[in-house]
Amino acid sequence: MLTKRIIPCLDIKDGKTVKGINFVDLRDAGDPVELAQIYSEQGADELVFLDITATVEKRKTLVELVRRVAQKINIPFTVGGGISSKEDVSALLNAGADKISINSSAVRNPELVNILANEFGSQCVVVAIDSRYVNGEHIVHVKGGREATSIKTIPWAHEVEERGAGEILLTSMDHDGTKNGFAIELTGTLTKSLNIPVIASGGAGNMEHFVEIFKNNDADAALAASIFHFKEIGIPDLKNFLKGKNITTRI
Amino acid sequence: MKVALIKYNAGNIQSVIYALNRLGIEPIVTDDHEVIKAADKVIFPGVGEANSAMRSLKSKNLDVLIPSLTQPVFGICIGQQLLCKHSEENDTKCIGVYDLEVKKFPNKNYKVPQMGWNCIHSYKGKLFQGLSENEYVYFVHSYFTELSDYTTAVADYSVPFSAGLEKNNFYAAQFHPEKSSNVGSKILKNFIELT
Repeated sequence: MLTKRIIPCLDIKDGKTVKGINFVDLRDAGDPVELAQIYSEQGADELVFLDITATVEKRKTLVELVRRVAQKINIPFTVGGGISSKEDVSALLNAGADKISINSSAVRNPELVNILANEFGSQCVVVAIDSRYVNGEHIVHVKGGREATSIKTIPWAHEVEERGAGEILLTSMDHDGTKNGFAIELTGTLTKSLNIPVIASGGAGNMEHFVEIFKNNDADAALAASIFHFKEIGIPDLKNFLKGKNITTRI
Repeated sequence: MKVALIKYNAGNIQSVIYALNRLGIEPIVTDDHEVIKAADKVIFPGVGEANSAMRSLKSKNLDVLIPSLTQPVFGICIGQQLLCKHSEENDTKCIGVYDLEVKKFPNKNYKVPQMGWNCIHSYKGKLFQGLSENEYVYFVHSYFTELSDYTTAVADYSVPFSAGLEKNNFYAAQFHPEKSSNVGSKILKNFIELT
């Protein structure tokens, strides 16, 4: 059986990890490559690198970073943040990324999803959706969640699937940072109505939260950042816990 | 050890190169027939669509060269599918090393493509030596190869299918050993160490 995937997310700025990380055994706490290797060895199923570098010049460091990561780790990884053209994607895939993730640029230009899927294949096109519940509707937000759009989350997810997205990374902004658990209802609605995998993101605070999102097939994968970085949850412990709850997981 | 990676239009092969580098191998990426023939091992990788991949192989006569090779050849992902006789993907006639049909996964209750970690079992053959039953490997595919006498590993996704194949000097894996953690490295190492 296909396993449920556990995906640590690393935020990258100027080639370094941001957000505090609490790995005492790291030589360089800011080195994404070293952190990626640790997660990979601990049994992470995939990794996501989200580049939050502000300036275009410094973005070039991302391609170099992707190359270093790809040389070292032997699990799939996705790179996102500021990707808006075929050329951006080509450079990242050629450096060894397995998938890329687009968000604001897909909202600005939905045709980009088709272009990337046709050029590189759906399997490497992840569309990230930041969603917040506003006036009784789930609404897509862009620019790192700072700006609301008029687009509704569920139809948008269906549209990007039609256009050729291979996977959805759904972040619930209502849950993100709360540590109160994933957005089960919204994520489950998408997971069950789409024919592409859905990654749940936002809200993970303890191991039980991963059981809750997986036990009724409400997500194909779950992503988290701080609880892994701060070692609040160890990946091997999480996977053993899931296995004990009869959730298919790779150990 | 000279390892040739067959160059054609199917997808990104950088991960395969890095995985080989980690085993101490610097592969030659080439479509040159003489270089391929002279290699100790040949890897036929790729992600992509069968019909355009076959067209690209044909444009360089690689569809004729590949079945004539006598050293160990390893088809990965679409490489496995192209080594079969025919694919349902755009009704494509393939190379035909394996007299097998590549079929589309039934869409019923299962997401297609299969994307993620699934376990393999019922090993036969040399590439899976030293692995425990039910190891997890990473798959991304919408089409599968039916089971046959050549099947060296089985995986299940709505139907049981060939996760690995072996016939004479032709080896294949439907999954991505280069992305399948230590299990995948072991399989690549087994291929490199074939004598």
